[in-house]
Amino acid sequence: MLIRIPPRSRCDSSEITPESVYLSRRRFMGAGAALLGSAALPVWAQAQAPASGYEGVEPGNPPGWFAQKLDGARWKAMEVAGESITPFQDASHYNNFYEFGPDKGDPAANAGGLPTEPWTVKIDGAVGKPGQYSLEDLVQPHTLEERIYRMRCVEAWSMVIPWLGFPLGDLLKRAEPSSKAKYVSFETLSDPEHMPGQKSRFGLIDWPYREGLRMDEAMNPLTILAVGMYGRVLPNQNGAPLRLVVPWKYGFKGIKSIVRISLVEEQPYTTWQNLAPNEYGFYANVNPQVDHPRWTQARERRLPSGLFSPNVRDTLMFNGYGDEVASLYQGMDLAKYY
Amino acid sequence: MIRQPLLRGGVFLAALIPPLVWFYQALSNALGPDPGKVLLDRLGQGALILLLLTLCLSPLQWATRWSGWAHIRRQLGLWTFAYACLHLVAYLLFVLGLDFTQLAVELRKRPYIIVGALAWSGLLALALTSNRASMRRLGARWKKLHRLVYAVLGLALLHMLWIVRSDIGLWLVYFSCGALLLALRLPPASRLLKKLRGTRPAPAQVSR
Repeated sequence: MLIRIPPRSRCDSSEITPESVYLSRRRFMGAGAALLGSAALPVWAQAQAPASGYEGVEPGNPPGWFAQKLDGARWKAMEVAGESITPFQDASHYNNFYEFGPDKGDPAANAGGLPTEPWTVKIDGAVGKPGQYSLEDLVQPHTLEERIYRMRCVEAWSMVIPWLGFPLGDLLKRAEPSSKAKYVSFETLSDPEHMPGQKSRFGLIDWPYREGLRMDEAMNPLTILAVGMYGRVLPNQNGAPLRLVVPWKYGFKGIKSIVRISLVEEQPYTTWQNLAPNEYGFYANVNPQVDHPRWTQARERRLPSGLFSPNVRDTLMFNGYGDEVASLYQGMDLAKYY
Repeated sequence: MIRQPLLRGGVFLAALIPPLVWFYQALSNALGPDPGKVLLDRLGQGALILLLLTLCLSPLQWATRWSGWAHIRRQLGLWTFAYACLHLVAYLLFVLGLDFTQLAVELRKRPYIIVGALAWSGLLALALTSNRASMRRLGARWKKLHRLVYAVLGLALLHMLWIVRSDIGLWLVYFSCGALLLALRLPPASRLLKKLRGTRPAPAQVSR
């Protein structure tokens, strides 16, 4: 339903989301109207340096280096064939980011005040080049790529989101992991002053939020660190300024607002697994055959899902990325290592 | 003649309007990308709040001279049941997508859905026997049967507890209210409430 105005000149019809299955006639007409609108737009849109290129998506307030990186970005480096991109409004107003509150609308309402510039990330553990790096320095050597990925939440809803980022593996290689680096551990910012959820006395989470990956998962080319989405800088509620995206795993693995990346020898502590080990595992691979104890994982609601036209579809093994990642888990009992 | 028509009418409207507003919001895309889920949650919590309000009436009646509380008890109870029914319908339509083979699986495997179904069945029994004819027919047994409401409260709270993922603050509020209302029914507390009425003239106005 979204239409990209490409950063430089192209605006061909393949840019428009295809006649996707669930689009109602009215929505389709709406998209058509938007296309007419966009034909009149390019001159105006290009005049603004950091225009997102997505219809109706404001560029946000990015730091100077971000606009520069955007110029050299590889657009549509990966796409999802035949599926519509979730509207930006939904992707940025329906979030699980418990640091900002337990309800889906809380992050959008409460995350605006989080300072994301300057931002530093500590890289430590089994690496040759540990240190405290500014985000700008971390991103500088990499080309931003637009990766359009399915995002499947463990709560059985899903979206399709165009991320802007770079492979985590490229960053890890620069840090020169030693032979002791078997896992990667990530940590979110701890900042109760700006994160009301961390102040809640009835919260069940032991802050800061922590996540982890096995080394081969981290090095898989699908795994990225994102700094933007929808052609713009990440909104705070989506994990600004730096978040993990692992498209074949449930969304909670995609840790947000990262301040620390450690390479470690043992399987690291991860937040949800620790809170409810019978419900959330370390691996958390999208798997329609292994149900969450409280609900089925066989199907998902692709958002937006209308009241009387529920957009329910079957969940795919590894969220549809089996060709790329199934080999990582060969011989493992995925019902045991869920 | 209907006694307390204003109070009854007010309660009727106050309970009727929220679901209409929510439904309108859902249809006009004001509830976000997953309106069915929001409706489901609001109807469920609405039912719980109505149940707690219903349980406020007896302690209020003991503590005040005003007898009007009793006149809205049946209505609030029936509204609780109505919200619970809408909550159930929202689940069947928006979450299950009317896939009843899946319902059998859910009932077998998900404890919180079983607990919710039990709570709803309890409310159904209470609603079916809420009329005068049933009261007359059941006689003394009616009162015993309607103590089922305490079990329903416990089941409803358990149902909600199992859905909480990260923050139990809101649940604790409901739990505390429920615990307080049950505690007020223990003989020492209820005696105290009744004494309150005896020593002090109660305010005459309707506080809603």
